[in-house]
Amino acid sequence: MAHHEITMPCTEDDVRKLKAGDTVTLQDWLFGIRDATQIHMFDHARETRLDLAGHAVIHTAPNAKKVPVSNSCPAGYESICIGTTTSMRMERFTRPLMEREGVRMIIGKGGLGEDSRAAFRDLGGVYLAIIGGTAALETTWIEQITDVYLDDLNPESLWQFYIKDFGPLRVAMDSHGGSLYDKVKETGQARRAEVFAKMGIGG
Amino acid sequence: MKLDLEAVEEAAKQLYIQALKVLPDDIKEGFKRLDASETDPTGKSILATMIKNIEVAEETNNLLCQDTGIPIYNVTIGRGVEMDGHAMKEAIRRGCTRATHEHPLRSSVVHPITRENEHTSCGRRVPVIGIDFSDAENEVVIEMVPKGSGSENGSFLKMCIPAEGVNGIKAFVVDKVIEAGGRVCPPTIVGVGVGGTSDLCTKLAKTAAGRPLGSVCEDPEGAALEVELSDAVNSLGIGPQGLGGDSTAFAVHVETAATHITMNPVAVNIMCHSARRARATFTPAGVDFGF
Repeated sequence: MAHHEITMPCTEDDVRKLKAGDTVTLQDWLFGIRDATQIHMFDHARETRLDLAGHAVIHTAPNAKKVPVSNSCPAGYESICIGTTTSMRMERFTRPLMEREGVRMIIGKGGLGEDSRAAFRDLGGVYLAIIGGTAALETTWIEQITDVYLDDLNPESLWQFYIKDFGPLRVAMDSHGGSLYDKVKETGQARRAEVFAKMGIGG
Repeated sequence: MKLDLEAVEEAAKQLYIQALKVLPDDIKEGFKRLDASETDPTGKSILATMIKNIEVAEETNNLLCQDTGIPIYNVTIGRGVEMDGHAMKEAIRRGCTRATHEHPLRSSVVHPITRENEHTSCGRRVPVIGIDFSDAENEVVIEMVPKGSGSENGSFLKMCIPAEGVNGIKAFVVDKVIEAGGRVCPPTIVGVGVGGTSDLCTKLAKTAAGRPLGSVCEDPEGAALEVELSDAVNSLGIGPQGLGGDSTAFAVHVETAATHITMNPVAVNIMCHSARRARATFTPAGVDFGF
């Protein structure tokens, strides 16, 4: 269980070193994406001018205030509250995100599925679990909204953030097939039988 | 008492913002209780971060969670109240829109087919406005719940048959908590509706999920089920965020209604750990804000 400080963007080697159970703190760059962002990127074939290669994306849609463009708000948005949404809805986009855009890390809550596990293993990627519902804290790790694209989908635009000490995040799924969710799932199934027996339920 | 609609509009705005920023005391106490009993190191560290987040939100006057949810307003009208019901609903919509524009808040509400966002947190039939009546004299209560999508997507209905009995209900609840796992942002309040029609059953589950911690189902049969199911779901090892631990749910809450001789419906609706709600009470003396 090691801790890693990683300045983004990162390499495949950086990602392959991460093991399920490790913690990670990210520096510099992070991209925000969500359901509609990915539906438009991959189902409607919309391309982005933002280069995601070697980067981390977070499943989010921020509360942001439209303001005049300035040095502190170069994209014309001030961040109000930035948090994380449930990842599983976006499961089918993991592989295209990695193959087409070169994404290396996905940050979200609740975990991803088997297709993502395979994509992480084949292409060199990880899933980093953040604690859902702790957006007030997460917002303090974000310095600035530096760019935004596909903003017709607002708030589900493609956001670029400048970050400082973003974490610690838990490596919940690594590039070697490891997943923290497996153990919880096994425990849950075993305990289910005990719980049913205690309540007098068969099967 | 004549209900002042300007005060309703203002309260609808304030309630939305307040609910998003400050958790009710019973939920804060619930966190303390879970933190004291959690035995898993990962679970304990996640609970600590959640508790820290509650403090940071209050210190920085920020939203607890980015998800502004689907706005729900539950209006309970007492006796002797004179009001224009349609105008009251319009006032609530205006207040909800103003909260979204004036704070500003992310509008999380879209048309279900076009997916267009009006950026007002309103849309067709949203905010959800529930109307009920009480026997309190000269009183109107408006409760506001910004219902987050992560936990609302953990909603399930099964029209069990009588032959499945109460065991069918219990098994359904346990299996749905396992299925939802970390997606619904545990520790949660698991709301369970038992009986009624399909729509009433679902509504009961939502009411149960929104009840304050420490409250007990008025039906003794439902209350007994609450104890048994709370123990059951917290024995599954799902834990905070689904990453393992004892603290899967603050509690299981049950609400019941009579049902048909051939029916045995059960519904589950889940409230995430950001169990947000706020309440305004209108009396002739003015408006009082609380939880």
